[in-house]
Amino acid sequence: MMEMYILLGFVLLLSIFLGLELISKVPSTLHTPLMSGANAISGIALVGALMLSSAGQMQDILAFGAILFASINVFGGYLVTNRMLSMFKKK
Amino acid sequence: MENIANIQVIQNIVYIISSVMFILGIKMLGKEATAVKGNYLSALAMFSAVGITCLSLDIDIKIILAGVLLGGLIGSLIAIKVKMTAIPEMVALFNGFGGLATFLIAWSQFNEPSNSMFQHILIMLTIYIGGITFSGSLIAYGKLSEKLKLGKGSMITNIFISFFYLSMPALIYVGAEPYVSEFIPQIPSYFMIFLVLTLVAGIGFVMPIGGGDMPVVISLLNSLSGIAAAFAGLLLLNNVLIVAGSLVGASGLILTIIMAKAMNRTITNILFVGYASASQANVSEEQGEVKPITSDDAYLILENASSVLVVPGYGMAVAQAQHVVREMGELLEENGTEVKYGIHPVAGRMPGHMNVLLAEANVSYDLLAEPDDVNPSMDTIDVAIVIGANDVVNPSATEEEGSPIYGMPIIEVHNAKTVFVLKRSMSSGFAGVQNPLFFKENTRMLFGDAKESIGQIVAEFKD
Repeated sequence: MMEMYILLGFVLLLSIFLGLELISKVPSTLHTPLMSGANAISGIALVGALMLSSAGQMQDILAFGAILFASINVFGGYLVTNRMLSMFKKK
Repeated sequence: MENIANIQVIQNIVYIISSVMFILGIKMLGKEATAVKGNYLSALAMFSAVGITCLSLDIDIKIILAGVLLGGLIGSLIAIKVKMTAIPEMVALFNGFGGLATFLIAWSQFNEPSNSMFQHILIMLTIYIGGITFSGSLIAYGKLSEKLKLGKGSMITNIFISFFYLSMPALIYVGAEPYVSEFIPQIPSYFMIFLVLTLVAGIGFVMPIGGGDMPVVISLLNSLSGIAAAFAGLLLLNNVLIVAGSLVGASGLILTIIMAKAMNRTITNILFVGYASASQANVSEEQGEVKPITSDDAYLILENASSVLVVPGYGMAVAQAQHVVREMGELLEENGTEVKYGIHPVAGRMPGHMNVLLAEANVSYDLLAEPDDVNPSMDTIDVAIVIGANDVVNPSATEEEGSPIYGMPIIEVHNAKTVFVLKRSMSSGFAGVQNPLFFKENTRMLFGDAKESIGQIVAEFKD
């Protein structure tokens, strides 16, 4: 079990470094869309919510809440980002 | 048995593909030409990851459908209906919901039997970060939409701040609780108390932070929601959660650092100190006469200018003046004047706020320039028009060593031949520092609502 965690911890660290490298040079025009797009990605918690187990009413309520709020984050985040990006035009 | 193992293999392969798409998506989001495609790619990654997870479900499908459909409906409605000027608070709100989801996931995991010590600590950490992200984002939402006026110094704020500081030792306590309860007094319902404390702590974390520092706070909360998702991924042993969460954490962190640098302050100073020293009398009182000007005179000067730099700030957002500003810009260009927009990274209430507003008003993005691009050639600019910006054009930042904002990179409009400052009154900016720019020889003050003032100039051009 511990080996699994070490492996996943390794994935976590590498992903953070990758993220820092990818985004370090973003023009300030895109700061808001980037933030909003990243925010939509954090809705990946939806996958986590779907993996929850169902044992009793309390667990069902928690799962429903997690799915509901993560879905708001995902749908709202992507749509708002898309709306914003469609305004950025070069004439 | 073999069947289940196969499903898991397929799921993991799809998760890896999704992770790659997330990485490429966020990379493309960082370039103007590919940003739209990047967002689609990341949405596709989300769709595949969510879809493949549905191959093995424990929760009742009705609950899932109800949650996704209702959440999707609410999220889409907000995203479609929201006005572009309300984007900062919307981003804060969505971000908070993401934090809340991880908070609930960790709570549900806590109710599972037989968590190992490592899992127990992870659960507490995830709850802490997710909870602070949620309630902190709600407070940021309240502040940005101007529904919440409480700030630093009020009694209620101080109480919430105390809870924030109390929450840190509490986190250590709950993390260790099952293992040290033989030695220290046990609190039976410690978990419920911790849940509430976390939410209260998030309020205390964001409440004292002032409006002008909001770009930093929003980026930081954005980063935290990603980190919470990554921790939830560790908890559930799910690699796509870890990768996607970490990417968000990293991007939020970078924005936070960029914002802090643009203010020449450290992140800790912004979060925990604020502009406390601004009230001290070390700011020189060299004032003088301000020279007011009317829209008519401003028009005459602009008509003869060959290059104009527009420097917008939060005041332009408040006055909703972006559309008339664009109109004025176009009329100036027709008149043969070169028009540029100088955008300071922390102008407004979120990273890139001014860019979004001007984009909404249809200003081409290649006209928008950063301070480093415009400062070297500032002395060739005939007229710099400052619209509702203050601290980001304050020459004290370069000239006056005692000033609280000394060292902050600014747009040096005072080096332009003429400066118009559009302002409602003589009040100082967010930092509480008097602005010597207003008293300079080449500065003309155009008092009044920015939208009306520029509207009058536009009308004159059309005559």
